[in-house]
Formats: sequence, structure tokens, C-alpha cells
Amino acid sequence: MTRPAAAVSNVSLERRAWNIRRKALLMGEVQGQGYIGQALGVADVLATSYFHAMDWRADDPEWEGRDRFYLSIGHYAIALYAALMEAGILPEEELATYGMDDSRMPMSGMASYTPGMEITGGSLGHGLGIAVGAALGLKRKRSDRVVYNLMSDGELGEGSTWEAVMSAVQWKLDNLICLVDFNNQQADGPSRDALAQVPEAPKWEAFGWHAQEVDGNDLSALVAAFDTARALPEPKPRVIICNTRMCKGVDFLEAREQNHFVRVEPDEWARALDRLEEGKPQ
Amino acid sequence: MTHASKARKYEPRKVPEGKLVATSAMIASLAAEGYDTVPAPFGHALVEAAQGDPRIVGLSADLSKYTDLHVFANAMPERFYQMGMAEQLLFSAAAGLAREGFIPFATTYAVFAARRAYDFIAMAIAEENLPVKIACALPGLTTGYGPSHQATEDLAIFRGLPDMVLIDPCDACDVAGMVPAMIAHPGPVYARLLRGKVPSVLTRHKPDYRFELGRAQMIREGRDVLVISSGIMTMRALDAAEVLAKDGIDVAVLHTPTIKPLDTETILAEAGRGGRLVVTAENHSVNGGLGEAVAATLLQAGVTPGFRMIGLPDAFLEAGALPTLHDMYGLSVERVAERIRGWL
Repeated sequence: MTRPAAAVSNVSLERRAWNIRRKALLMGEVQGQGYIGQALGVADVLATSYFHAMDWRADDPEWEGRDRFYLSIGHYAIALYAALMEAGILPEEELATYGMDDSRMPMSGMASYTPGMEITGGSLGHGLGIAVGAALGLKRKRSDRVVYNLMSDGELGEGSTWEAVMSAVQWKLDNLICLVDFNNQQADGPSRDALAQVPEAPKWEAFGWHAQEVDGNDLSALVAAFDTARALPEPKPRVIICNTRMCKGVDFLEAREQNHFVRVEPDEWARALDRLEEGKPQ
Repeated sequence: MTHASKARKYEPRKVPEGKLVATSAMIASLAAEGYDTVPAPFGHALVEAAQGDPRIVGLSADLSKYTDLHVFANAMPERFYQMGMAEQLLFSAAAGLAREGFIPFATTYAVFAARRAYDFIAMAIAEENLPVKIACALPGLTTGYGPSHQATEDLAIFRGLPDMVLIDPCDACDVAGMVPAMIAHPGPVYARLLRGKVPSVLTRHKPDYRFELGRAQMIREGRDVLVISSGIMTMRALDAAEVLAKDGIDVAVLHTPTIKPLDTETILAEAGRGGRLVVTAENHSVNGGLGEAVAATLLQAGVTPGFRMIGLPDAFLEAGALPTLHDMYGLSVERVAERIRGWL
């Protein structure tokens, strides 16, 4: 399968994912808190999106020929900022302003603040519906670009998600790829104890989607799943359910039971960066 | 256990003698006798605008036939999106189309936009100032179906939303005229919609009348009372003014179809011309609509004429035939005239 221009690089995906994790940790250290668990968990999905599957231009984030990336989960902004810095869309020098007054990188993602942040997420269950409209719009324009919508397992509980799921099938949106970050952690506990009890892939298949379920922290599995989704000839929308591990890459944080909003003590940030350093790929 | 908070109406009824008045909820004619009507002015105006503008697309949530969007759908089927009975999706998808450079007109009933899809209109559309045009039928008390379909608080809900322009048209001329104005405005617009056979009112009273976004216009001059009205209540006020003229009461009617941004300049200038009782009239709850907006405008400017409000009560309204309900809640011509007479 052809690689988009933006994906041509001599930096490995492993290193891209590691860089995203490191930048997210540095931003977390600035604020002393944050959704660092989600950022570490989803880093491999973001690395695959930006450095394998999608086309974009660092100097022109609104380039008409780009693939669209919607972050439905506004609180994952810290992760996307890290990816946008790795992509050169955001300058790395601004990293220290994360969450500060007058920063371009607020705690929850907003389209009007940040180059490359396509939508204002955060009120959960919005991204996939907007993505349906954008995918319809791209088809109207005879564009072959793809809309990626990154959502969380918690958003599977929002009814609006399923309105969009049905509509994407109705309109045969083969230019829509939904990425579900399934880390089984929402604010009050495991998603499987809330509304995500039933296995996900068969549910989406029953609605008419092409569904894949992968280890979302296995880069080669992600690459294969993205390639399958992109190359599929069938006129239907595609979903990749990415089973990820919160805090992936920092073992002592991974072990914490309650990690939706990770408490990291001031002295632990340096330790977390040290632990990450030990796993640094070439 | 019985529901104690609300009076029930369970007692059996007798069939009364004489002619029964049916609900006729969805196609109720709003006009008093004698007004001409125009069929589906919104649908036809949209087709006309879209012929010269490929950015315009239409979406509905299973209510295209009841919002006159079917006229557009029939004329330009490839530009119409049936989104199914899913209002959250309707407005999210409209936002997505707007992101890709289109000007989507999204239609449903006012209750479903204001109550069911508010968060999606607020965050996906208004917060990003996207040019989505929302046109909603059955505003205020224009159906006898009861509170499920009566949007008595839609303007109050949307007045709190930054960057949203609000239009409450009076007649076919307003509805046709607001369509190009909505397109010309670069941001989001919420318009109440009159559909089906829509009466033609304003040009009969003022032949050169044309809708202008953000502008209140004097339709009828008068020395004793200044009615500041929007929507179908301008029609009621004009009819009531003719009734009152026979009693020697001279009523001016300032039509204010744009609720937000409000034409405060004209309102202050007219209300500041002393000696007239100021009466607001709206097809909406007295909470948070035109009346309170005008009151705040006057008080902040230190303009304090005698002031009264005509509008729907702060209540869930009854079901029934529209003429009965308009009489019951004070929106009929007779009730408007009677109340103004009583205040003088």
C-alpha cells in the first residue's frame, strides 16, 4: 500500500511513539497533573496515525489535501499536542506552556486554540457525528481523503455515538475510520462495568461496519489494521478497536489501580522519565 | 402512589352539543381571515438561493415534509441529506459539512433542536462559529399537540448561546427574506420557521417592507401605544390595532424579527418618544424572550415608559385546538386588544 508523503521518514514508529510519550510526560510535569495515563496508552495509536497512515503538511495544517484527524476526547489533548509537536505542526518550544494562561495548548482540546486540533472535543460523543458530516463533505468535493475519529470506550455510552454509527453505514462512508481507544478506564471505574459490557467488534459489525480489534500497544498490529482499513474495497465505514494499557511505558504508573486521572507526586515525574528512558528505542 | 405535583384530567367527558373544534395540530392556519397565503416560502426561497450557490446543502431528521425542506429535496435531491430520526447527529453532521466548506440548512421541530440537540448546537456549531443554518418549525404555540411539540422556551434557551443569531419571522415575506440573509451572515443562525401555507401580512400593511437581519421596522405608526413584537404576534398586534382604532386607541407596531442581536437603537428611539405605553408581544414564554430583552434594554438606558408584556405563561400548556389555545393563553387578536384596552 502506498505510503503518504508525510509518512516517509527514517525515524522508526517505535521512536515516534516513544517521543510522543516523552513529550506528554514533560507536559504533565509542567502542570503537575493531567491525563497522562491516556496519553501514554494511546501514543502508539497516534504514532501509527500520524507517521504511517495519514498525509499532512507541517507548515500548512489546514491543507485541503490532508487526512482529517478528529479528537473527540478533548481531555486527551495532551497526547495529541505531543503528536503534533512530533509532527512539527506545533513548535516543541511551547511545550512548557501546556495548560498555562495564554497557552495555545489548553487542558481540553479546542479547535480555535491549536493548529492541527481540528474540532473542539470534550463534550463526549460529538466527534463521530461531526466526522460523518465531514466524510459526506469530502465525498461531495470528490476528495479521496480520509476522516479519522479518535474516541474512547467511555464514549460508547453516549447515544449520539450510535446515531453516527448508523448514519455512516447508511451513507456508505468508506472514507471514515473510527479509532476506539479501549483502555477500560472511565472516570468512575472500568468501562466494562458501565455500558461497554458486550464485546465491541461484533456490535459494530452487526451495525454494518468493518471492525477490527487489535492490541493498541503493538505497533506492527496497528500498522496491519490501519493498512487493512485503508485498503478495504467494501463501501462501508471502518472501526479499529484498540485495546490499550493506561500509562503504557512507565511500569510503576501502569500498576496503579485508579489511573483515569493519574496522581503523580512531584518527585515521580523524574522517575517516570527515567523509566521511559530505559525503554528508549533506536 | 399517585403523582401529586400535577392536576390530572382523567374525568370522563360528555360529547357537547353543536360543532366540535378539532386539534388540527400540524397544519393549523395561523392567519386571520382575509390574508393571502404563500405555499412553502422557506423551501422555495432555499431552492432559489441554492441554484446560484453550490455550497448550500439541506439536512433533516425525518421532518423534511414538515419543515418545507422537501421542496429543496425534490428540486435538488443530490444536495439533500436525510439523517434519520437522530437530531444529535443532524447538527453534528451539519457541523462536519460546514467544516468542509458547505453551508448546511438543518431542519427539525423547534423543540427537538432546542431541547434534544442543544449541546451539539452549542459545541459543534456555535463554539466554532460555523455557518450552519438551523430552521425549525412549530415555534411557540403553533400546534395543539401539547408540550412535547410546543417550543415555548426555544428563544430563551438559544439567547444564552454566544454567537447565535435568532430570527422569529412573522409571515411569508419574512420567511422568504430571511433565507438569503441567513446565507449572507457568516456564522450560525437559528430561525423559527412558518411552513405550509404561510400568510402574507407585512406587505399588506407596509408595501415596501423587506426583511433585514438585525433590524426592527415600524409597520404601523400610532400615538397611544407602542407594541414591540416578533413572529406571528406582529400579525396579531396589527389586527388588534385595527380593532382598537375603532375605539379611538392609536397603536404603533414595531416588528422585531431579529431577537438576537436585538435592534436596541430603534427600540430605544421609539420607546423614548414619551407618552406611549410600551407593550411587548411574543409567541414564547414570558421568561427569557423578546419581552425581557426589551425590558433590560430600556432599563439599562434609563428609558422607563409604562411597560407590559404579552406572551405565553410560565407553564406547560394544554393540548387542544389552536384557536382555543390562543384565546386561552392570550395570543388571539381579541385577547390582545382586550388586554391593551385594560392597561390604558
